[in-house]
Amino acid sequence: MLKANSVSQWAVVKQLIRRDLRVASRQRSDLLNPLIFLLIVVSLFPLGVGPGPDILGRIAPGVIWVSALLSSMLGLERLFRDDFRDGALEQMLLLPVPVEISVFAKILVHWLLTAVPVLLITPLLALLLNLPLQAWGVLWLTLLLGTPVLSAAGAIGVALTVSLNKGGALLSLLLLPLLIPLLIFATAAVEAAVAGISPAGPLALIGAFMVISLTLAPFAVKAGLRVSVN
Amino acid sequence: MLLEAKQLTSVRGDRTLFSGLDLFVNSGELWQIEGPNGAGKSSLLRILAGLLPAQHGHVYFSGELIQNHLEQYYQHLLFIGHKAAVKPELTAIENLEFYAAVQGVELHEPPYEILAKVGLVGLEDIPAQRLSAGQQRRIALARLWLSNAKLWILDEPFTALDVDGIALLHSRFAEHLLAGGAIILTSHQELITPLYSVQALQLRYQH
Repeated sequence: MLKANSVSQWAVVKQLIRRDLRVASRQRSDLLNPLIFLLIVVSLFPLGVGPGPDILGRIAPGVIWVSALLSSMLGLERLFRDDFRDGALEQMLLLPVPVEISVFAKILVHWLLTAVPVLLITPLLALLLNLPLQAWGVLWLTLLLGTPVLSAAGAIGVALTVSLNKGGALLSLLLLPLLIPLLIFATAAVEAAVAGISPAGPLALIGAFMVISLTLAPFAVKAGLRVSVN
Repeated sequence: MLLEAKQLTSVRGDRTLFSGLDLFVNSGELWQIEGPNGAGKSSLLRILAGLLPAQHGHVYFSGELIQNHLEQYYQHLLFIGHKAAVKPELTAIENLEFYAAVQGVELHEPPYEILAKVGLVGLEDIPAQRLSAGQQRRIALARLWLSNAKLWILDEPFTALDVDGIALLHSRFAEHLLAGGAIILTSHQELITPLYSVQALQLRYQH
């Protein structure tokens, strides 16, 4: 092969992250909507099931996690949708770095933009639903470990459906069943903490989900994108 | 030999677009792929760029199979497709700075000069979504001035460009060919220019 001015992979990843953050900073409503949705859904529960603190405290882990799952579905499509429309996705596949690395950068940015705000308002959600104080930390940990799984698994779903016109509904049908184990172990961890038992087991499992999905998803996303751009 | 395509066959759906197609591109050559709509011009360009797998046949760049060296190949390739790949939320300058950085071109100052060259003076700091289709296309084509890739693959580069824009592209093409580069493009209009000679590859519509 000919010699060329080589670009370090890190430099390319840095540029991708910078561009995506910049684009996101100019369409803030896209980022705010899922967060407001989450807040509204969670605050509807006390109105729907009654403000009894016992019931609320008991259903809090499930409600918060289910709402977080649903709200993450709302913003998921923007992971690749805009890039697909304007052609930036095609150019991403043509970058002189392995596609998996660019995909990992996209997943990372998506996590920063969608999950970090959720992590910030988690105490508010726990307060709204009267979650016992000793479980707040564990709830936060399950979200910290679980949200990267949402972004990574979501990226696979979006990569497969991005070229379809009505991909949004299909995406939820495709992904939500896959995320059931995550939901089960996350709520189990929080319930264990509420009951005063060690949540280490389910937490470790969520951690394993995170590691597996972050390492394997980029390969699946690459395959999905190659199909979708043609 | 810069790029060799041997015995390419492409099938989309039930239809064979082309089969047994050979293409040899040397440095300093410009190849125009001609043919009616649906003849497989874009598919051919995408196969040459490694975006679309061919059903049969292989593409070699400087003698090596591109699939085995995609990342190295992409250091030498500039592909501009139908979609301009200009982020509408970003300004022209920001778009260009991104592409310069990922192609390993060092900019010591924002590329105002290049934007002036493609006729975007005064529009540098406006988000691209507020520009016209032709102007967005010009941002994408400004990448040609920022690139030191050997091989350019351009799908309909003249669309949405006015007469001045077309003349400008011709002169940039001539520069690139003179510097030892090669260009493969599709275009529905005939390329009439004294600046360089054009090799043509004709694709027929096959039923």
